[in-house]
Amino acid sequence: MHELAITQSIFDIVLEQAEKTKTRRVSKVNLVIGEMTGVVGDCVQFYFDFISKGTLAEGATLSFVMVPPKAQCQGCNELFELKEFGRTCPSCGGNRLQIVAGKELFVESIEVE
Amino acid sequence: MEIKVLKNILSANEEIAQRNRKLLDSGGVFTVNLMSSPGAGKTSLVLETIKALKGKTRIGVIEGDLSSSVDAETISKENVPVIQINTGGGCHLDANMISKALSNLPLEGIELLLIENVGNLVCPAGFALGEHKKVLISSIPEGDDKPLKYPLMFHEVDAVLINKIDLLPYLKFDTQAFSQAVRGINGKVGIFQISCATGQGIQEWVSWLLNQMVQR
Repeated sequence: MHELAITQSIFDIVLEQAEKTKTRRVSKVNLVIGEMTGVVGDCVQFYFDFISKGTLAEGATLSFVMVPPKAQCQGCNELFELKEFGRTCPSCGGNRLQIVAGKELFVESIEVE
Repeated sequence: MEIKVLKNILSANEEIAQRNRKLLDSGGVFTVNLMSSPGAGKTSLVLETIKALKGKTRIGVIEGDLSSSVDAETISKENVPVIQINTGGGCHLDANMISKALSNLPLEGIELLLIENVGNLVCPAGFALGEHKKVLISSIPEGDDKPLKYPLMFHEVDAVLINKIDLLPYLKFDTQAFSQAVRGINGKVGIFQISCATGQGIQEWVSWLLNQMVQR
């Protein structure tokens, strides 16, 4: 995926918050990432270390909460975790599903000193 | 100390996309973001759509590619306004690129704007441009397993066009399995079988498009 663009956005959000709260140092960034986005955590940390050099966020650890995809059946409204794509509803066998989770991409919080 | 942030990572792009959308809405420009892998037939579809809608609606085109203006040159032969965006290696169009392109297009003379995204089934799915509808072109030679491999893209779109349907007798592609896989990810999507080479299904596609414009 486009990890550099994503990391730049994460960094901008973190720095904006850190400056607003007159923080000395950001030690941790808590991220919520849907598995469907394809974002690779190691890659984001690598770019983050590079981008954050010489800033309040230098050395911060990124923590990823990965959200598995969930689907809702359009027939019976059953809500379930989608372990594999292309499956039918486990409750009624319906074949029209709508994905309702797994696309998340946000900064949950930052931990500062 | 922990500080709650709860901010969408792509919010900067989303904000520009919303501005684009307002500009398009105020000018009455219905905009479609066309996405596909490289070679699925985006440019051919743009050409067929222009031909099918000649005299029915005024079309403008934004072409997105890593480099070259080959596509814009092809489209400009149809006498419609066209802007080429070169991303310079970037794997997707973003809202800021569209914002700049819009300022260079004669929007007052356009009712339907077709944006041809960079050929890629991964990244373009994550970046809103300000469009009204997203359309995916999948083609027979790519195989029927693509919805299972690129679920986010198939989830994001309003219509899926199966292009090169005229090649069905020569290649192994199960249209039923494909459609089932798509509906298992996106139960609301419209699926059309088309061929830009023979013209099959193009009328159904443009009827859907005109309907979406009216219902907006």
